[in-house]
Parts: sequence; structure tokens; C-alpha cells
Amino acid sequence: MSLLTARGLAKRFGGLHAVAGLDLTVARGEMLGLIGPNGAGKTTVFNLLSGFLTPDAGDIVLDGRSIVGLAPHAICRLGLARTFQIVRPFPRMTVLENVRVGALARSPRAGEALARARDVVARVGLGTRERVPAGALTLADRKRLELARALATGPALLLLDEVMAGLNPTEIETIIQLVRAIHESGVSILLIEHNMRAVMALSQRIVVLSFGERIAEGAPADIANHPKVIEAYLGEEYVRAAPA
Amino acid sequence: MKWALAGGVVALVALPAVLSSYALTLFILIFFYGFLGQAWNIVGGYAGQLSAGHAAFVGVGGYTATMLSIELGLTPWVGMLVGGALAALLGAIIGYLGFRFGLRGFYFVLLTVAFAEICRVAVSNIDALGGPLGLYITFTGNPRQFQFQDGRVYYYIALALMLLATLIAWAIERRRFGVYLAAIREDEAAAEALGVNAFKYKMLAMVVSSFLTGVGGTFYAFYLFSLQPNTLFGIPLSVEIIIRPIVGGAGTLFGPILGSFILTPLAEISRRYLGQGGLYGAHLIAYGVLLIGVVLFLPEGAYPRLRRALARRAGATR
Repeated sequence: MSLLTARGLAKRFGGLHAVAGLDLTVARGEMLGLIGPNGAGKTTVFNLLSGFLTPDAGDIVLDGRSIVGLAPHAICRLGLARTFQIVRPFPRMTVLENVRVGALARSPRAGEALARARDVVARVGLGTRERVPAGALTLADRKRLELARALATGPALLLLDEVMAGLNPTEIETIIQLVRAIHESGVSILLIEHNMRAVMALSQRIVVLSFGERIAEGAPADIANHPKVIEAYLGEEYVRAAPA
Repeated sequence: MKWALAGGVVALVALPAVLSSYALTLFILIFFYGFLGQAWNIVGGYAGQLSAGHAAFVGVGGYTATMLSIELGLTPWVGMLVGGALAALLGAIIGYLGFRFGLRGFYFVLLTVAFAEICRVAVSNIDALGGPLGLYITFTGNPRQFQFQDGRVYYYIALALMLLATLIAWAIERRRFGVYLAAIREDEAAAEALGVNAFKYKMLAMVVSSFLTGVGGTFYAFYLFSLQPNTLFGIPLSVEIIIRPIVGGAGTLFGPILGSFILTPLAEISRRYLGQGGLYGAHLIAYGVLLIGVVLFLPEGAYPRLRRALARRAGATR
């Protein structure tokens, strides 16, 4: 059974069809990549799935239960956590305090939540920065913090919105390791990523979005050579010019 | 820290033995405004929802207890709880409108001011509540009527209120409730994504805050023996309530108290010395200057700075 199923998902902003009748499933234990050119509607899909936007049409089923119309906090408690593309740490709280907010979703007692937060902070490699205010972290560490906070809520499905954007190759390598370790611990992951190397390395399956519609789907190797994908990214002329 | 706190409380308990009656009055005001500031701090400081109409809760609480006492002979000791409950109800209505429809920042400020002004104008026009002249309470000196011959009783009641509100703030701060309020203040959308029901916790903060403020209304009315709508519901009182925690440190446990120890004497002294010279609003100018100074030099308020300075000294002597 699939963990998450979206059917006929649609969202319009004025005349713009940001997401136009999208079907999407994430299987239990899967790592699914969601790619597409800028403006394809990837982040809108995340906002719809996590309850920050309400779809104009369509249904979203998480673990056998429809979550359309639920508030973000309720969806989080049902086991779907997300990160934000532009990281949103609580700047005046320390790293540990930030993660504790997420941990409190599963352990309502402050003491337990703190212990749980400490574990997660160590897991993402921020153990030595526990007491640093989040506002003072480097971008790479803020991305880790964003991941840690979402992870602390104990999700079954984790939505990662460009966790590698803005990082250098070394930092990207460590985040790839981290995401893989989280996945291996049993968390299903839906990944938006512009870094092709990362998305190809991590994903078991990739869905390509363009103008709010799914234009291709398949294993990473197939997607890389798919003419529609190349067209969406580079334009039609490039496909015609390219040798077959 | 614990010992310093216990010592401070003991000193405040013993203090009336050596205070002149003027100094006693000053301390009563320090505690009372410290109490109101702490009550405001729960929603305005910890939750970061800037209510600028908290006077409405003082007014509802004060008028309720006074009317119950005058009309039904109900003791204000019970009336203060009824007044608190009605203030909490008003807080819930304001909170629901503000939070349900996502009014943030200035819009929430305007909503709260508007409600306080509506209350002020309404009460001014209801003859049964004394209209614009307000209500007067006959002094009987009967403790059952919340009236005391000995001014020191008011001192202890005001001190107890301030300590009670601080205890409540402390308990909130340590629990999930407090952590969630801080997260909402820092970034509401991020908090929601982490499972925080922002609406619910903002409502709770508003209800607790308005209840305590309403209880304070009873003290205000029975300490001064009179209630005027312009005083109890007016914007100046709302400003008095807000400015102490902001100067002392909003969202910190001791900020409102420190703010009251700084500002209340300042207001009283300027009122006493400059007011006699005909400069009636002089303390407001002092507030204005101080507020500019705080915004420029101590944006977190005085308490966080003081705490760091003390920690440094403790570190240096070790």
C-alpha cells in the first residue's frame, strides 16, 4: 500500500495553473525525487501536501486517511513533516531549542522532548553546536537544523525542499549521506532538488513536473535521457539538435 | 539565582515595616503595574501578540466586581474571579477574531485598541454603569469589601498578585505551552509545520492573560474607590501596561517586574514634581524618551542585558 497518494491535485493562482491535475504516489519506504524547471509547481505541491495551501481540486490520502483541509500542524502530527526551501529557523533560540519544538509533537513532556531533540541534533551532526543561537549558524548548518527539526517530529514521510541549494560540493556530499541515513532508518522521503547529481544519486524513482503537470516518471537513468525532460529543461530546439 | 530570589521576596515582605506611607503607595503601584505587565507578558511577550488594548480587561474586571458588590452585595473577593472570567471571555472574543482571521502585527494592535475604545464608549453611555462619571465605592474599611484601614494590606495583596502572575509565567515558560508560544513568536508558519497548533496556543495565552488582567481590575477599583471609563478603559492605561514589560524585556520572566521598578518611580516622581509646576503630561514625555532609548540601545529590554552582565561578573569572580 502506498504511504501517500495524491489524485487530481490542482491549484490555481489567478489565471496561473500552478498545479494542474497531478497524480502522485509515494510508496512506504520509498525515496522519490520531484524535479522540474523553475516555476514548474514543485513547491506548490509541497505546500498542498503539507496543508499550507488548500487544493482547488483533488484528494490527498496519507496512510489511508484524507488530509485535504487539515491544518499544517494536524498533518504534521499524522506523520508528514516538511522543510522549507528558504530555511526558517527560530533565530533567537539555540539549535537544541529549535529541535525541541519539533520533538514536542511526539513527547509532550519537556524533559523527554529535550532528550529526544539531543539525539536528533547529534544524528544530523550538529552536536557540538547545540547551544549556538540558530541565527548565528552557517547556511549549511541551518539546512541541517531545518532537517533536524522536521525529523524530530517523528515523521513517516519527510518532504525535503531543496536542502542542498546554496551549498558547496563538500557540504552537498555530507547532506546526501545524511538524507540516505535518514531514509535507511525507515523514513520515506519526497525530495525536491535542483542538484541533479544529488537527486540522481538519492532517488529510487523520479517524477518530472513542468507547468504543473507530470511529464515523465521513472528510474533516474531513464529520466536523464527522456526527451520530454530535456525539452522541458533546455527547450525543444536542443532536443532536435541533439544526436539521437 | 534561587537564593537571590528568595532573599528578594523576603526583603519585599519585610519592607513595609520601614516604609513611609508615600513609599508604601509607590511600592503598591510598582507591584500592581508589575502584575499587569506580567499578565500582558504572557500574550504580548511570550506569544508575541501585541495587544494594545489590555485596559479593556482591567475595565471589565473592575466594573464587574464593583457592580456585583453594589447591586448584589457580592464580596469583591468572589467578584474579582467573576470579573476575571468576563475579561477572559472578552479576551477570547478578541483573540478569536484576531487569530482566526490571521490579523498580525499592526492589524492585531488596531483590533485590540478598537475593542478597548468600544468598551470605553459603551460604558460611558450606559447610565446603569454610572455613565461618563463612573462609579464610586463608599469606603467602609471592611476587609470583606476588599477595603482596609491599614495600607500595608494593599501592599501585600499587590505583592501577592505580582508573585502569582510571575509564578504562572514561570510555569508556562517551563512547559510545552511556553516553548510553543516562543516558536509562534519567532516564526508562526515554521511552528505550524512542526506540529504547533498556533491558533489554540495563542487563544490560550490570550485567555490566561486577560483573566489575570481582569482580576487586576478589581484591585484597581477597590484600591482607588472609584472607576471612570476614561481611566479604566482608556488608551493611557493600556500604554502603562505595555511599556513596563517592553522596557524591562518582553517575553522574559523578570522583564515586567524590572520594567515596573524602573518606570513606576519615574512616572510618580515626574508626576509629583513636574505635575505641580503645571507640567501634567511630563511623565509621558519621559516614557517617550525612555522608549526611544530602549528601542535604540536595548531592543530586547533591560532584563536580558542585566542577566548577561551579572553572568559575566559571576564568571569573573570565579
